[in-house]
Amino acid sequence: MTGRRTVSGGRIDRRRQISFIFDGKSYSGLAGDTLASALLASGVKLFGRSFKYHRPRGVFSAGVDEPNALVTILRGAVREPNIPATQVEIFEGLIAESQNRFPSLAFDVHAVNQLGGKLLGAGFYYKTFMGPVIGPLKGTRFWMFCEHFIRRSAGLGSAGREPDKARYERINAFCDVLVVGAGPAGLAAARAAAEAGDRVILAEIDPVLGGSAKWSGETIDGAPASDWAAEQAGALSDLPNVRVLPRTTVWGYYDGNTLAAIERVGDHKAAQPPGEPRHRNWTIRARKVVLATGALERPIVFPGNDRPGVMLASAAQRFAVEFGVLVGSEVALFTNNDAAYAAALAMKQAGVTVAAIIDVRPDLSDDATTAARQCGARHFVASAIVGTDGGKKLKGIRIQPFNLATNATSGDVQTIAIDALLVSGGWSPAMHLASQAGAKAQWDDHLQAFLPPRPAQDWAGAGAFNGSFSTATAIAEGMLAGAEAAGAKRARNPKAVSVDTFAADAAPAPVLEIHPAGAKGKAFVDFQHDVTADDVRLARTEGFVSVEHLKRYTTLGMATDQGKSSNVPGLAIMAAELGKAIPEVGTTRFRPPYTPVSAGSLAAERYGDIFPDRLTPMHDWHVAQGAEMMPAGLWHRPRIYGQPGETIEQAYVREARAVREGVGIVDVSTLGKIAVQGPDAGEFLDHVYTNLFSTLPIGKARYGLMLREEGIAFDDGTTWRLSENEFLMTTTTANAGKVMQHLEYYLDVIWPGLRVHVTSVTDQWGGAAIGGPKSRDVLAACVTGAKVDNESLPFMGIVKGEIEGAPVMICRLSFSGERAYEVYCGAGHGQHVWDALMRAGKPFGIVAYGMEALGALRIEKGHVTGAEIDGRTTAHDLHLDWMLSKKKPYIGSQTKDREGLIAEGRLQLVGLLSLDNQALNGGAHVVEQLTEGEPRNSIGHLTACCYSPALNRYVALALIKDGSSRIGRRAYISDPLRDRYGPVEIVSHHMFDPEGTRMHG
Amino acid sequence: MLISCPYCGPRDVAEFIYQGDANRVRPNPMSQDIGAWNEYIYDRLNIAGDQNEFWLHSGGCRSHLFVVRNTLTHKISHVSLARDRLAPAAGAAPLKAAAPARMPAAKRVAKPAPKTAKSRGAK
Repeated sequence: MTGRRTVSGGRIDRRRQISFIFDGKSYSGLAGDTLASALLASGVKLFGRSFKYHRPRGVFSAGVDEPNALVTILRGAVREPNIPATQVEIFEGLIAESQNRFPSLAFDVHAVNQLGGKLLGAGFYYKTFMGPVIGPLKGTRFWMFCEHFIRRSAGLGSAGREPDKARYERINAFCDVLVVGAGPAGLAAARAAAEAGDRVILAEIDPVLGGSAKWSGETIDGAPASDWAAEQAGALSDLPNVRVLPRTTVWGYYDGNTLAAIERVGDHKAAQPPGEPRHRNWTIRARKVVLATGALERPIVFPGNDRPGVMLASAAQRFAVEFGVLVGSEVALFTNNDAAYAAALAMKQAGVTVAAIIDVRPDLSDDATTAARQCGARHFVASAIVGTDGGKKLKGIRIQPFNLATNATSGDVQTIAIDALLVSGGWSPAMHLASQAGAKAQWDDHLQAFLPPRPAQDWAGAGAFNGSFSTATAIAEGMLAGAEAAGAKRARNPKAVSVDTFAADAAPAPVLEIHPAGAKGKAFVDFQHDVTADDVRLARTEGFVSVEHLKRYTTLGMATDQGKSSNVPGLAIMAAELGKAIPEVGTTRFRPPYTPVSAGSLAAERYGDIFPDRLTPMHDWHVAQGAEMMPAGLWHRPRIYGQPGETIEQAYVREARAVREGVGIVDVSTLGKIAVQGPDAGEFLDHVYTNLFSTLPIGKARYGLMLREEGIAFDDGTTWRLSENEFLMTTTTANAGKVMQHLEYYLDVIWPGLRVHVTSVTDQWGGAAIGGPKSRDVLAACVTGAKVDNESLPFMGIVKGEIEGAPVMICRLSFSGERAYEVYCGAGHGQHVWDALMRAGKPFGIVAYGMEALGALRIEKGHVTGAEIDGRTTAHDLHLDWMLSKKKPYIGSQTKDREGLIAEGRLQLVGLLSLDNQALNGGAHVVEQLTEGEPRNSIGHLTACCYSPALNRYVALALIKDGSSRIGRRAYISDPLRDRYGPVEIVSHHMFDPEGTRMHG
Repeated sequence: MLISCPYCGPRDVAEFIYQGDANRVRPNPMSQDIGAWNEYIYDRLNIAGDQNEFWLHSGGCRSHLFVVRNTLTHKISHVSLARDRLAPAAGAAPLKAAAPARMPAAKRVAKPAPKTAKSRGAK
C-alpha cells in the first residue's frame, strides 16, 4: 500500500482490495473504505472545485457534514450528483466524478473567478445583473440573458437526463422505542429498551454501528471502544425485538412521533438482486424516541481555511483510527478547546509528526499542556492561524499571537511547513430532529453551542446530543433514556461502565473567527456555497441583520449540507458585528430533511400513471366497437364510435342525428348514484333540493337542483322514489363524490336527528340511456314483466321488469330532448342488458353514441351541465328559478337572493348561433363590437359548442352578461388565442323543440 | 398526525378530510338575518391553541368527527362523533348551542318562523 495507510488498525479489511474509478483514473482501496478514505489513502487531496470561485477543495470532514468533497456517482447513464465522498462506500467498479470543473479538476478555467473575488461578494448577481430601466434588456431581461452563462460557471454537479431505472420502496413501521444514532449512547439506549421487552428500532447513518467508539481510541470496560461497540451491536442484532437499520438516516421528525428515515439498501453494492430497492423510505411511528444523534465538530474561520489539507480535527482522527488512513505526514492542530488534543494524540500515535499545536487560549489546562508535550509538538499558546500557504494543497501555515480578550492578532508572524491542518472550534450537538419536533434550541454559554430544546414531543436525548461529550456519561444517559422510554425507572442491569479516555473538557473558548487586520485571503464560513466572513459583514453593512435575512442574502447554510459546519460560526460573526450575544442573534429553525433524500424514495411506486381507472360494465364492448375513449374524472367514457374515414365532427353528427331520427343508446353507468333511505328520507331531500320531494309519488322521478349554502347552484340530477322510505338520487358524473360528502355533512352535523342513511351505489348499477322516436319500440321488443306504453310509463315514470332474464328498473327521462328511457340493472348484468338492447334495437337501426353526441343533443336543448353549473352561477342565471320552492326552506334558500346574486349584469345562460358557418370554440369570449386582436370588453363566454344536426349550423351555449335581454341581438366571438373572430346571434338556450313535445310524446 | 376515530381507531390524517371550524352555528333555516348567515358561511375561528373542528373520515367509516386539536402542536385532546355533539375537552373554546336538530318540515312552515338571535362573538 501507499505510505499514507497505517500498518494496522481500523475496520477496513486489508486483504480485500477494491478497484474503482475517480475522474477516469483507476484507484484501489480496501473493503470498508469510503470514497474519501480510499482516495486520501491514495494520496489524492483535491476533490472538487468550489461553488462560486472554483477554488480547489479537499475533504473537510469524515461524515454527513462534508461540505467540500462532493462527487457525482455514475451508474450506467444515470448520474447522481452532489454526494459527499465521505458517505460513499466503495465497491468493485464504482465510477465517480469530481464536480464544477472544466476541463479538468487540476486545471479549471473558471478558477479565474478567484481573481475577481472582491466583486463576487454576497448579492453580486442580484446587484450586477439588474437590467437598465429602459431598452431591450430592461428589468429582469438582462438577468434572463446572463443567467445561462452564470448557471454554467456556478453550481455543483449536474443531473443526468436518463430515467433512473432503480427501484424505490416505502414502508411503514411501528415500534415502542426508536433510537436514532448508534454511537455509545444509542447502543446503550437500544439495549436498555430492548431488555425491558420493548420493540426497538435502531437507525444508524453509517454502515457500521458504534459512532465515535469506532475511532475515539478509548477503552471501554477494558476493551478497545471499537470492540465494545461491535459486541453491543452483535448482542442487539441477536435480540428478536430489535430491528437494526444501518445505512439509515432519520431525516424528519413530524407530528405525533412520526419520523421519516431513508435506508440506502443498494448504494454500496456493485449489483443488486432483482426486486431489491435502491433506497427504502421508512415512515416510523414510535411511542418514544431516543435521540442519540451525537454532535458535529465545527471549524474556526480564518483566512485561507479552505485549502485542501485543512480539515476538522475529529475527521483526521477518524480517518486514522477507523480507516487507517493518514491525512498528512506533518500536521498541526488549531483549536479553541481541550478535546481536540485527543486528535493530535491519535495522529502522533499513528506515526504522524505533529509539528505544532496552536491554541487561541492564554491559560491552558494541565491536560492540554501534557498532551502537547506527548505529541512532541511546538505549542503556540494564545496564538492563531492568520493565513495558509499552498495552491491545490496545503504547504504551510502562518501563526500570529492572539489576544483572547480583544479577539485581535498582533506581533510577529511565524511560518511552519505542514501538509495537513486539523481545526477544531468545538462541537455543536446535532439537534436537528429535536428542532424539527417543534421547539427552539437553547444556547449554552459554557459549551458555546445550541443545546436541544425541551421536548415538544415524546422524545428523550442522550449523549453528545445533550452536550454530554464524555463517553461514560453518554453511555449512562443512553441506558437511562432507553430504560425510561421502555417505562422502567432505571435500567435492568445498571452496569457502570468504565471508560479509559483522554479526559478533556470539551468547553471551547468563544472564538470562532480569526479576523487579522488587513488580512489577505478569503476566510470561508460556508464552504459549499462559498460564503466568506466578509460576506456576512457585508450583509450586516447592507442591513440584512436578521438571521433569516442573513441566510437568504448570503445563502449561508442553504447548500446541500444545510450549514452543518457553518451555522454557528456564521452566527458568531454576525453577533460580533452587531455587538450582541449569539442567542440574541438567534438561529434558524431546522427543517427536514437532515440530509438530502432521493426523490425516488419519496415517490416509491407512485410514479407514471398513478390514478386508478374507473370502467363501466360495458367498457370492453365500447373498446371492441372501436370507440375513442376519453377521460371523465377517473372514468373512461366513449367519445365517439367513429367509422373509418370519419372525423370526430362527422361521427358525432351522425350519432346525434340517429337519435333525433331513430334511436340511440349511450352508457350512463358513470352517473353518481346515492341510495337515500329511511323514514325521514323525503324530508331530508326537501332540505337539500330546492324543490319538493316528500310529495313525489312512489314510482316517479323528479328533476332536482341543489344549491350550496351560499345560494350558488351546486348540482342537478333526477331522484327516483322507489318506495315510501327509499329514494335513488342521481348526480352528475363529476360531482358524485362532492354531493355524497355534502349529504353526509348535513346528516352528521346539521340534522343528526333525521333518520336517514345515505349510501353511494354508483358502482352497483349499470345504466344505459336509450333515446329517440323509436326508443319505446326497442323497449317493447325486449322488456318483459312491465308495460312501457305511454300510460304505463309516462314521462318521469318508473317501472320494474326484466330484460332477457335480468331484473331492470326503467325510468323515462330525457337529457337528449327525445323520448328516452334510462335502463338500470345490476352492474354484473350491465353487458348482458346492453347486448339485449342492441339486439332488440337492430331492426330499428339503433346506434350507440358517445359523449360528443350526448353533448350536441343537450346543447341543442339548452340542458345544463358542469360547464354551466360552474360554481359561480345561480338558479336565476341558468333559468332554473322555476325549481325554487317557495313552500319550504332548503339549503341556500335564505342566501340565494342576496344583493350580488340578483344584481343586474350577471352572466345568464343563452344560446348562440354561428352566423359565418364556422365552428365555435369553448371558452371563447363574446364582445359587442369586434376589434380583432383586442381581447377587451368581454360580455361573456362560451361554455359548450357543437355542430347541431337539428339546426344544421354551429351553435353554442354561453353565459352572457344580462343575456336574456340580449336575445335576438348580434354579437361577436373574440378568441385571440385561437385567432377566431366572427358574428353570432344571441338566442334562447332552448334552441331545439322548446315546448318539449318530442320527449313528452 | 393521528386521529382516533371512535369507530376505526387511530388512523393517519391522510384518511381524513378537514371540514373546518366546529363552532359555527347554522341559523334557523327560516332566518332572514343575512348577517347571521354570512357569519355562518364565511366566518371561521382561527385559534392559536385548542380549536374545535370537524373532520370527515373519508377513507374509513365516513363519519364526521368532532375533534379538539391544538393548532400549534397538532395535539388532539378530544375526538367524538359529530352526531353525538359531546362537550369539548377542558381548555377548548366552548361550543355554542347546537343547531336545531330538525328544520321545520315543509308542511309546518305556513306561519312565519321566529327569527333567531344573532349568534355573534365568534371573532
